[in-house]
Amino acid sequence: MTSTVQSTGTAAVPSRTRPQRTAPPIRQQGAGSGNRSFRPGRIVLGVVGIVISLIWVFPVYWMLNSSLLPNVVLQSTTPTWLPFGGSFDNFVAVFSGGTFLPALGMSTAIAIITVVFCLLFAFLGALAISRFRFRGRKAFVLAVLLIQMLPAEGLFIAQYKLMGSLNMLNSIVGVSIIYIAAVVPFTIWMLRGFVAGVPADLEEAAMIDGLSRTQAFMRITFPLLAPGLVASGVYAFLQAWNEFTVALVLLQDNSSQTLPLWLRGFIQASASRATDWGQVMAASTLVAIPVIIFFLFVQGRMTSGLVSGAVKG
Amino acid sequence: MTTKNLVLAQADPPRPGRPHKKGRLTPYVLVIPACAILILALGYPLVWQFTTSMQKFGLAQQFGQPPEFVWFDNYVTLFTDPYMWAVVARSLAFCLITAGVTMAIGTLMALLMNAVHNAVRITLQISLLLAWAMPVVAAMTVWNWLIDWRRGVLNSVLSGMGLDFQNHNWLANPMSFFLIAMVIVVWMSVPFVAFSIYAGLTQVSTEVLEAAQLDGARLSQRLRFIIVPIIRPVLAIILLLQVIWDLRVFTQIRLLQDAGSIASETNLLGTYIYQLGVGSSDFAMASAVSIFVLVLTVALSWFYVRSMLKEDDS
Repeated sequence: MTSTVQSTGTAAVPSRTRPQRTAPPIRQQGAGSGNRSFRPGRIVLGVVGIVISLIWVFPVYWMLNSSLLPNVVLQSTTPTWLPFGGSFDNFVAVFSGGTFLPALGMSTAIAIITVVFCLLFAFLGALAISRFRFRGRKAFVLAVLLIQMLPAEGLFIAQYKLMGSLNMLNSIVGVSIIYIAAVVPFTIWMLRGFVAGVPADLEEAAMIDGLSRTQAFMRITFPLLAPGLVASGVYAFLQAWNEFTVALVLLQDNSSQTLPLWLRGFIQASASRATDWGQVMAASTLVAIPVIIFFLFVQGRMTSGLVSGAVKG
Repeated sequence: MTTKNLVLAQADPPRPGRPHKKGRLTPYVLVIPACAILILALGYPLVWQFTTSMQKFGLAQQFGQPPEFVWFDNYVTLFTDPYMWAVVARSLAFCLITAGVTMAIGTLMALLMNAVHNAVRITLQISLLLAWAMPVVAAMTVWNWLIDWRRGVLNSVLSGMGLDFQNHNWLANPMSFFLIAMVIVVWMSVPFVAFSIYAGLTQVSTEVLEAAQLDGARLSQRLRFIIVPIIRPVLAIILLLQVIWDLRVFTQIRLLQDAGSIASETNLLGTYIYQLGVGSSDFAMASAVSIFVLVLTVALSWFYVRSMLKEDDS
């Protein structure tokens, strides 16, 4: 949980801005043998690229395809590659199954609590480390960086005992506390970049022009930070929404399952009896769709938010 | 994350107008909430875990007996247990092989993205993004369906190719269990690696590459003497992160075990802790293994944290 693949802590945000191409003049100038084979080579690489794209996206496609097909079709020995004649019956069945909506409610509540408190705590922390030089700052930054690397798997037993002694097993608040603590370090680190991107000079200029410190902050700094807060908020949401390990340990009661735990029930059931895979795939699709939308959104936002400085021109 | 922006903040001069005393306390007040929640949810459990790992925590303690302090006995028991060593060896092997394969495929993908036409590159990026965005549990249900022994598409395709994979159960044999687990983890991790390395590759100046090409440097030479040295820092960090993440892989293994395999033969460190702590309530041993995993992770993370700190200083 502490940092999944999404945590691009390094400067590793994909940029789609600079297409790389060998400049055409070279190809014309150099009549060497290496350049003649360049074009066919590029076509071969293009074909390879398309094939790899198809392989990589196949599981996602297969989820959508199966979610639209009735169980009778899925149970045949030959796979049906396209969802012709499909319907949304599986989705209807998932909604009317009675367990999806409580899990959705649970996940949503936990995600919202996590996002709100995480943003608040992390924003204050980021403000401290990017705007102030204070004794202990270095230790705090070090702790933040180290903590975000700690694996949930190395702590969940103790967290389970802690929540047990606080009477917070199977509770929304208990899980949220663990999630906030797990996400806050990386969010501080992420917001630090954004806060530092808004120069204090800008705020001071506004104060010289007659705004109070609070007004200057609300009118100048806060709007400039909005992209950063959105990106961090989406990050926290994704972490809380997708988290499995801590939820598995802390929420053992069937009536307090989050969506990942609810999905896990289907996998467990598939071990012993024939599964209605169409419904399982519809359920997975429902869990995945908000995540995919948010994820694609934050990908672009993170790049633009990080690149655009506060002072332009 | 953005070194450029950071420089701006650090360049700002001390503000003379601000009351001195108040300004001194402000940063400490600001970090209170974050520190409080970290101490509650991570600090306290860490301390508890460390103490518990040195106590005897058996059945009697579950019924309220005060625990007996046994110093490092649990660790001695743990590291003289051949099963623990089997789990450690399995975890290390799985982690190193998976991280290696992920890096190799990710690097090749990044080079491919760099070489192909824009349209192909965007197609590749979209499918990688979709795989990357999939929530891990949803992805696991899909993979369980793909490899399902009765009606899974993998068995159908392999049987269609004339191989005997009708009703083949991939999860029954530990070796093929880990092969499947590796394929899944690689599928999930490659997008991050490919995108990061691709971002690194776009930093390599085209002019230099063209000049080298004009001077007659082959592709392999350009790769070795220009591209790799420039992206080496990115490669090192990503490899390190992959190793750390693959060492603690839990969700994928746990969910594949759920789908029907023998847990004792397929346990990695994470699932072993789960089995000890939640399965058999042996909190002392579970804590000892947890501490071992934490120490291992912190040791590995140290290089990563150091490079991030450098970024903070710059």
